[in-house]
Amino acid sequence: MPHVQQTIAPLTDAKLRKLELQANDIRQDVLKMLTKAGSGHSAGPLGMADIFTALYFHVLHHNPRKPHLEDRDRLFLSNGHIAPIRYATMAHAGYFPKEELLTLRQFGSRLQGHPEYRLFPALENTSGPLGDGSSQSVGAAYVGKLQKSPWHVYCIMSDGELAAGITWEAALFAGKNKLHNLTWIIDRNNIQIDGYTEDIMPLEPLHEKFAAFGFTVLEIDGHNIREFIDACDRSKVTWNTPTVIIAHTIPGKGVSYMEFEPSWHGKPPGKGEELNAALKELRTLGGKIQSEME
Amino acid sequence: MPLVKAAKLSPKVFHKDIPMLPTRNGFGDGLVIAGEQDERVMVLCADLTESTRTEAFKQTFPDRFVQFGVSEQSLAAIAAGMALAGRVPFIASYACFSPGRNWEQIRTTACLQEQNVKIAGAHAGVSVGPDGATHQMVEDIAIMRVLPNMVVLVPGDAIETRKAVLAAVEHEGPVYIRFAREKTPVFTTDKSPFGIGKAQILHAGSDVAIIACGPLVYEALLAAQTLEKGGISAKVISCPSVKPLDESTLIAAAKQCGAVVTVEEAQAAAGLGGAVCELLGSNYPVPVERI
Repeated sequence: MPHVQQTIAPLTDAKLRKLELQANDIRQDVLKMLTKAGSGHSAGPLGMADIFTALYFHVLHHNPRKPHLEDRDRLFLSNGHIAPIRYATMAHAGYFPKEELLTLRQFGSRLQGHPEYRLFPALENTSGPLGDGSSQSVGAAYVGKLQKSPWHVYCIMSDGELAAGITWEAALFAGKNKLHNLTWIIDRNNIQIDGYTEDIMPLEPLHEKFAAFGFTVLEIDGHNIREFIDACDRSKVTWNTPTVIIAHTIPGKGVSYMEFEPSWHGKPPGKGEELNAALKELRTLGGKIQSEME
Repeated sequence: MPLVKAAKLSPKVFHKDIPMLPTRNGFGDGLVIAGEQDERVMVLCADLTESTRTEAFKQTFPDRFVQFGVSEQSLAAIAAGMALAGRVPFIASYACFSPGRNWEQIRTTACLQEQNVKIAGAHAGVSVGPDGATHQMVEDIAIMRVLPNMVVLVPGDAIETRKAVLAAVEHEGPVYIRFAREKTPVFTTDKSPFGIGKAQILHAGSDVAIIACGPLVYEALLAAQTLEKGGISAKVISCPSVKPLDESTLIAAAKQCGAVVTVEEAQAAAGLGGAVCELLGSNYPVPVERI
């Protein structure tokens, strides 16, 4: 019996514009959360805002009111340190009240610095130690294929974490077992904590590496929501291989002083001027909108 | 001979022709029974099908047997992904590789998430002998015991290993089961009591309590016999559940005997001996000799 595919609604121009603005709103919440918490990662969450928005507001088959729906698509997160973007997007999607976002990293909060499945099962998995999330997504996809389940498995991972050997063990396994119901999404922003990925441990040619492991490889602009959604559509109709979407993103996207700057990988904006400048830039879409109040 | 009747040990326990089987055989038998009883059970193997005794499961349930090759880290994390999707995966390798190589994946994906991943560590202990030091895993009890939500089982013979497999399926959460390569005496029976968190008094005594796990439980029984001839009355307690410990049985034994000897085929530091010392240190300190 063939795998039942979920249909994805067509992406109208109006919906696309709505998604872009939604991502912009979500970025602002991420900055407020990080500033309040006083620690955490800025660059990755901002860079992945467009993709998370597209996933939760268009691609995923899910229901925020029934987070444990058996036939939901599973979204795993492997680079757990970008959790703020997942929390913010889930709050915007209706999983929990937005006010809770400001409890990020606080003692007793279910919004820990790295995702904790036991505190908050709708997160699908605990992650932080890099490489473990991608393997878990492979395990879920194996079971989904075995029992011919209708759900699709996605996993978001960073480029820096690809240096972990376990990633390639899992890639061998996914390729061997032709996990067509699996889509890995790599945040290819070229930075990691200690600097640029190609200086720290070169990953290129990345496309060819994944192709050699048996993946269908799609490369997209990670800030072009239409391109990303098209890639997800393609991955769902890819029959005999897993898919990897290499999403080229700008770390710190939307806040000019953070963009492309490795030093913003692992720290939050400071209270006051630093945060306000970033929020103003996002609110005005980079100065394109002039507020009457200014 | 003060063997405890309630332990329902083999009538051949001190006979020369006591049946001998490796504990790993009990693992293989238990998996097939578990596979029949519960469709969620899967077996994941890292290129050691025959020696971990997973071949019979593979033949009986080919759809639920998954071959990984030499990939112990993803073996653990992919198993957790399968558990998140509702399965009960057993991951089988040598203890020196799993949990030796994939401790962090077990910690993060099985323990912190409290997932139904069952880790089977084969060829544990020094009795794997000729394979050499790299393969003589003696640190596994220690590194598994400290993990949150982890149950640690070190069964004493093949029958007990089979029971441990079935108990692991019943238990919600991660379980580590340790077994050995060599043939050792089968001294328990189908009727012998076994349970997670349970220790069994096999041999009555009041001068010293010998607390043992794994195939060395049988050696402890032989030691008790020898001691008896020398006028020393030794209580022998089989303690296959290293975590959680059967606290009341062990504390009561310390109170009665006033001295304890722990016996295991593993590092005395932080193994069963460490666990017993921690328990008694907080509750009823007595001299403890760790072997």
